[in-house]
Amino acid sequence: MKRLPVILIALIFTFFCLTSIGLSEAIDDFVGKKGTIKIAGGTAHIPVMKEAAKRIMTRHNNIMITVAGGGSGVGIKQVGEGIVDIGNSGREPKPEEMERYGLKMHKWAIDGVGLVVNPANPVKALTADQAQDIFSGKITNWEILGGAEHSITLYTRDESSGTREVFWKKALNKGSISPKALFVPSNGAMKTAVANDPYAIGYVSVGHMDKSVSPVALDGVAPTLKTVKSGEYKIARGLYSNTKGDPKGITRLFIDYLFSPEGQQIAADKGFVPVK
Amino acid sequence: MRASNDAIAKGLFLSCAGASAIITSAVFFFMIVLGFPLFEGASFVSIWTGKWSPYEGLYGIGPMIAGTLWIAFLAVIISLPLSMGTSFVITGLGGVRLRKILFAMVRFMTGIPTVIYGFVGIFLLVPLIREYLGGAGMSILAAGIVLAILVTPTMVLFFSHSLMAVNPSHVEAARALGADRVQRLLYVMVPEAIGGMTTGLILSLGRAIGDTLVALMLAGNALGMPEQPLDPARSLTAHIALVKAADYDSLEFRSVFACGIALYFFTTAAVIVVRIIGRKREGMA
Repeated sequence: MKRLPVILIALIFTFFCLTSIGLSEAIDDFVGKKGTIKIAGGTAHIPVMKEAAKRIMTRHNNIMITVAGGGSGVGIKQVGEGIVDIGNSGREPKPEEMERYGLKMHKWAIDGVGLVVNPANPVKALTADQAQDIFSGKITNWEILGGAEHSITLYTRDESSGTREVFWKKALNKGSISPKALFVPSNGAMKTAVANDPYAIGYVSVGHMDKSVSPVALDGVAPTLKTVKSGEYKIARGLYSNTKGDPKGITRLFIDYLFSPEGQQIAADKGFVPVK
Repeated sequence: MRASNDAIAKGLFLSCAGASAIITSAVFFFMIVLGFPLFEGASFVSIWTGKWSPYEGLYGIGPMIAGTLWIAFLAVIISLPLSMGTSFVITGLGGVRLRKILFAMVRFMTGIPTVIYGFVGIFLLVPLIREYLGGAGMSILAAGIVLAILVTPTMVLFFSHSLMAVNPSHVEAARALGADRVQRLLYVMVPEAIGGMTTGLILSLGRAIGDTLVALMLAGNALGMPEQPLDPARSLTAHIALVKAADYDSLEFRSVFACGIALYFFTTAAVIVVRIIGRKREGMA
């Protein structure tokens, strides 16, 4: 009976030790390290990259992390050419890219890609067939779909976008995209374009969705963190951070940080499904 | 001592001139060599006139050439009357005070970064076009208007400088004959300055063709062949910006060089026209 408090204190103590080690482990590995990590590529990754960079840089003054966009194609190319340390992509690098550059990929989250319209648009659900007809240019007016009597403005991404690739493969079933579609260069630009155009339809990473755009359910399933996580919403892909060969030095620490509980929590907070 | 200094200076400047000439031609050569795989895969004509559809193996840049010409010419057509009016006020019609203010403003405008014009276009102009003229809003018209505002200062400066370079004794002679300000401008100054003004016009056209950001942000970058000013279009420069992310070895990426050659061609054509005008003027004088 007398021993119980001691055991309890010991237990509590060990618990705190373990959790504090568990929580601070990855970010504290940067202690005493110095240098710059350059990151570029996939625009879906940017919110997570920025948050991770901010946390690491506020804790460790000697570490400098730069985050740029460009799209998946740019990420793969720049890391392969040695221009950046980490090249992000929203798709797996192609086998020939992997081989030519000797890339190592690190998949740290899963991301859905969903249709979005302007919040003023009453259309909130479409079938996959309707989506394909809209993007191929067969359906050109919102009226047939229950919206305003106005032509549909299609927004799409360039061919090297990972977001486009997964959407085109899994939602459009590799169907054609109308030559009238407007092109925007990033997830952020897509969101701005749709938020400013009441007759727009486009697609963005689920992690980028916010109040400025309104998600559209596809075949009855809304693109949300929850449905992507449960696997109910099928249009999803991995988010990859690629390095040339095995990551070394602080680049490795950064990748490790993404996989640490804290890094994974950032991914979850930004609307992605953590892998761990 | 003097002579050897002269020789050194001459050699130095000659090598500078030579280097820039070599670099310019090397860039052209480099584009042809790197773009070569594209010309192997398809007929020469289809590259320049065909449509862009990588999934079907078509890498034509026809719509982009059309898009560039549409946007650039529209910009110059809008900008020309604006610039003429402004430069007339600056050089002859306006008072000294107004002239100073206008000139300072035009100079200031040349320094505004392109991206600012692009943002203003996206948030102000595009919604207006969408609401009142229809279509997607992002269009040749949107890019053309913003680009017109962008090239106007260049054009105004060229026009004003050529008008101010008119021989003052000719102007005074006209004044002595009883010509008023408008008559002096239209019958003496403009005819004498027309060569310099044309040069300004063509160089502004060159700037409009070469601008990337305004077209990328406002023209919509669609792949269809544009048919009217409310259609979206993709310019050659915007195409380069969008396709540069593709894999280096892919034919998609190679098309960047075809675009480069087309842009090179347009610039060269503009320079040649400017030179011909310059020579004609010399002949006249």
